[in-house]
Amino acid sequence: MSVQAIDQVALLPAYLAAVTAVAAFVTDLVVPGRRGPVLSVAALGTVATAVAAGIVGAGPRRGTFCTAGGVLPGGVHVGTSCSYVADHTGALVAVAFCAVALAVLGLSVPALRARVAPSGEYTFLVLASLTGGVVLGYSRDLITLVIALETLTLPLYVLVGLRRRTRADDVRGPRDAAAGSVTFFAVSVVSTAVTLLGAALLYGLTGAVHLDRLAAALAHRDDLRHVPLTAAAVLLILVGLAFKVAAVPFHGWAPATYDGAPLPVAAYLSTASKLGGIVALLYVGVDALRPWLDVAGPLFAVLAVATMTVGNLTALRQVRMVRLLAFSSVAQAGYLIAPLGALAAPAGREPAALRVIVAGTLGYTIFYLLLELGAFAGVVALRGADGGGELAEYRGVGRARPVVGAALALALVGLAGLPPGLAGLFAKVTVVRATLAGGAAWLAVVIGLNAVVGLAYYLRVVVQLYRPGEPAPAPRVPVTVGVVLAAVTAAAVVVGFAPQLVLDAAALF
Amino acid sequence: MTVLLVATLAVPALGALAAALLPDRTGRVVGTVAAALAFLASVALAFGREPGGTGAIRPWHQLDVPWAPALDLRFHLGVDGISWPLVVLTTLLTLLCCGYTVWRVPVPGVDRPGVDPGGPAEEARPDDRGRYLVALLLAIEVGILGVFESLDLVLFFVFFEIVLLPMYAVIAVWGGPRRRAAATKFVLYTLFGSVLLLAGVFVVVAGAGTADLVTLTQRGGAGLGHGTQVVAFALLALAFAVKSPLWPLHTWLPDAHTEAPTVGSVILAGVLLKMGTYGLLRVAVGTVPGGARTLAPLLGVLATAAILIGALVCLRQTELKRLIAYSSVGHMGFVLLGIATLSATGFQAALVGNIAHGLLTGLLFFLAGALKDRAHTGELDRLGGLREVAPGLAGLLAFAAIGSLGLPGLAGFWGELFTVYAAVRHGGPLWMVLAVLAAVGGALAAAYFLRLLRRVTHGPAVNAVVGLRPTALAGAELVAWSPLVLLALAVGLAPSLVLALTAAPVHALVTAVTP
Repeated sequence: MSVQAIDQVALLPAYLAAVTAVAAFVTDLVVPGRRGPVLSVAALGTVATAVAAGIVGAGPRRGTFCTAGGVLPGGVHVGTSCSYVADHTGALVAVAFCAVALAVLGLSVPALRARVAPSGEYTFLVLASLTGGVVLGYSRDLITLVIALETLTLPLYVLVGLRRRTRADDVRGPRDAAAGSVTFFAVSVVSTAVTLLGAALLYGLTGAVHLDRLAAALAHRDDLRHVPLTAAAVLLILVGLAFKVAAVPFHGWAPATYDGAPLPVAAYLSTASKLGGIVALLYVGVDALRPWLDVAGPLFAVLAVATMTVGNLTALRQVRMVRLLAFSSVAQAGYLIAPLGALAAPAGREPAALRVIVAGTLGYTIFYLLLELGAFAGVVALRGADGGGELAEYRGVGRARPVVGAALALALVGLAGLPPGLAGLFAKVTVVRATLAGGAAWLAVVIGLNAVVGLAYYLRVVVQLYRPGEPAPAPRVPVTVGVVLAAVTAAAVVVGFAPQLVLDAAALF
Repeated sequence: MTVLLVATLAVPALGALAAALLPDRTGRVVGTVAAALAFLASVALAFGREPGGTGAIRPWHQLDVPWAPALDLRFHLGVDGISWPLVVLTTLLTLLCCGYTVWRVPVPGVDRPGVDPGGPAEEARPDDRGRYLVALLLAIEVGILGVFESLDLVLFFVFFEIVLLPMYAVIAVWGGPRRRAAATKFVLYTLFGSVLLLAGVFVVVAGAGTADLVTLTQRGGAGLGHGTQVVAFALLALAFAVKSPLWPLHTWLPDAHTEAPTVGSVILAGVLLKMGTYGLLRVAVGTVPGGARTLAPLLGVLATAAILIGALVCLRQTELKRLIAYSSVGHMGFVLLGIATLSATGFQAALVGNIAHGLLTGLLFFLAGALKDRAHTGELDRLGGLREVAPGLAGLLAFAAIGSLGLPGLAGFWGELFTVYAAVRHGGPLWMVLAVLAAVGGALAAAYFLRLLRRVTHGPAVNAVVGLRPTALAGAELVAWSPLVLLALAVGLAPSLVLALTAAPVHALVTAVTP
């Protein structure tokens, strides 16, 4: 192996994201105690990162950190492989991460204003996590991928715990936050260890860490079929990654962590962390382990069914807003993985069906990101710097504040997969279509039954919003929250009428 | 004429927005004007019709533009002789309900202590939310019309779902004392149906590679394996069986119909149920006839069970709206049995039965609502002697009940007669038995409707009826009801009004689905 020239243009989005993080931190040192400059720098840098990702992605495919071709153990000939590739897929993932980070920064203003967390550190951590997300999209070997994923997750341990006492009676808040942070950390470290064990075993078996080389080695080496360790490695690596999307049985951390964290951090966890998990699952599960989809597929199917069912059934019993949203996002993770469950059947592994399945997974992810951000933006707009609170506190809010109430209701009904928010409806259609493209009618029916359970609790919240009652006076909410809510809602309405936009984007993957 | 097709959807949609945003009374009036325009547009669809193409579905007018190719979704609308009567029935009933709401806004339901722990006690009083009711009725209209006009499977599903939440809101806000439970049951049950529809639709689409109803019906299931067809038909038929509803999936219906406000019940019974029967005929039988042939006997048995069980339950009902609701189960049983025969006569019977049920049950629910508003009870035990106190109301009730029990010369007769005839023609011991049982069910319908009339209109006037005010019919009520009375008479005396329209498309459909 020789060190090769580094394509700096390909790395531009990653550089920009990292520089933005540092710049925001430095800005806070230069003008301490002022949120405006920090957030402005962060927002500008995030937009610049997205633009750079778009421009680089529109150009030719650029690979860097490449390794020359050769012969892998077992006599598998491989060409040049790159660890970092700037292509359409990477650009799409980077832009999605930037959009999520931008929205979350906008939603963070009330919490920062109430001094729930120090602005400089908070913004730096969000942007550091964004850098991990951007690199994740471009990573094409297991090591880069795991490191990117950890860069995405690591700042979140701190962000979850960053919750100062804002009121004298708020004894529970910081303690819950610390508990959430530790839970999250412990489960996350274990899952990373599991992923790494799987990756190490795969390296030991094939001598490859690049995704394309792994696929080549697994495809050509029939002898690996007789080594039980290969199946174990495949399962271990995927199970570890499933943690990031909070799939059952690795969902236990989510509710406590979401509920303890400041609202915008919970929003980030349920969107960016999930996006990272699903991208990693697609890269590893579908790209690298494609020859072993017959083993991965059933795992996805089991995970999907368990995740959506447990998430929905548990959400039914929740009385706190953020816990309900947490379990609902667990259930949504089930829908996210569901199309991949169709890979269990041979029909789903046909190239045409595989394309539809991957596009469906990603399409649903985009719809989900919009609706979930809309729901959290609605909650932040109603609650300001406070936590999500009890569902009972939302009684009559929709009548007192019709516009915000309508936006929140639209997002929740969308998450339930029903009109009038056509985005949610098309999201459901996308998933079921992808599942049935693989011929897994049973899985489509399970998704459908779960949608029925899901509607029961989403509707409970919506009904609560419009029941007669005396809601608490509305907190003063900064304009950025309104802008994020309006932008996300408008985007959801637009893709509701033009779902093709989302599906075209997903087809870039 | 394509403009008219779009107008039937766009006008109510805009009307719903306007009604929701304008001040109360203006909003209600504007909404009603939109409903009237939609009605005129739907009637005008019948003019200048030229059956397009030579396929199994020959739409008079159609519009076909791509919407989301990645989801196999095209915005493909059209009307033909099968859908047009239902389209007009929908726009008519919505117009009547909106007009009725301009005259009288139902009082939103009250949270009573005990029923709803923790809620502040609210007084039952009219408020300015009538415009929202009109807006929701129009939104429901958009969904139902979309279902009847869709010629694309995915589009059909999209419209099928649009109806759910507005109807939930109508029941949950303006309903009776147990409205929340009834509304939740309605929405979860029917969502269960529509997710099965979604699965069924994509089983067909994934197998056939197109979602175009015209193409799919023309192919008559060719290209789909028998197993796939059976699975798809089972999913689709289950979905439509929930909506129609078919015994034993009917249990949402009595609660929803009983608790819903008058206009909600009218729309529910009048046209919402028809989405199920229409879907079964056009989508399930049309696209996977092989599956239909395999499962038709089962469908026939369940439909006959629905007829008998609906009738027997009706005989024991003590509440007016609940009785009418259960009578719908029986009537829809006839419609489903007609479809299950998979013959031209059966299909014709089903379509006439659909229209007749929409007219007569719509009228019955209007009358039951008027009676309950006046007497403040729907318990048969506490009603009696209506004929002496309010002869007009009693006369109309008698007309609607007798029409509904299937007296020759009124609308209800033809659907049931042809259904039994179609079952006999189908031949074989099973269908003979089903025909006989269905006929028995028809006789039982006569028994329970006559029991209803004896209890409510005859006998000495009891307290609730003596204090009934006003005894005369309001002008708005007459305006709302007379079209239904006249159309019930017209369809009864000249069923060819409907049959002439449906004959050609039904013939084309039967030809396409017969192997």
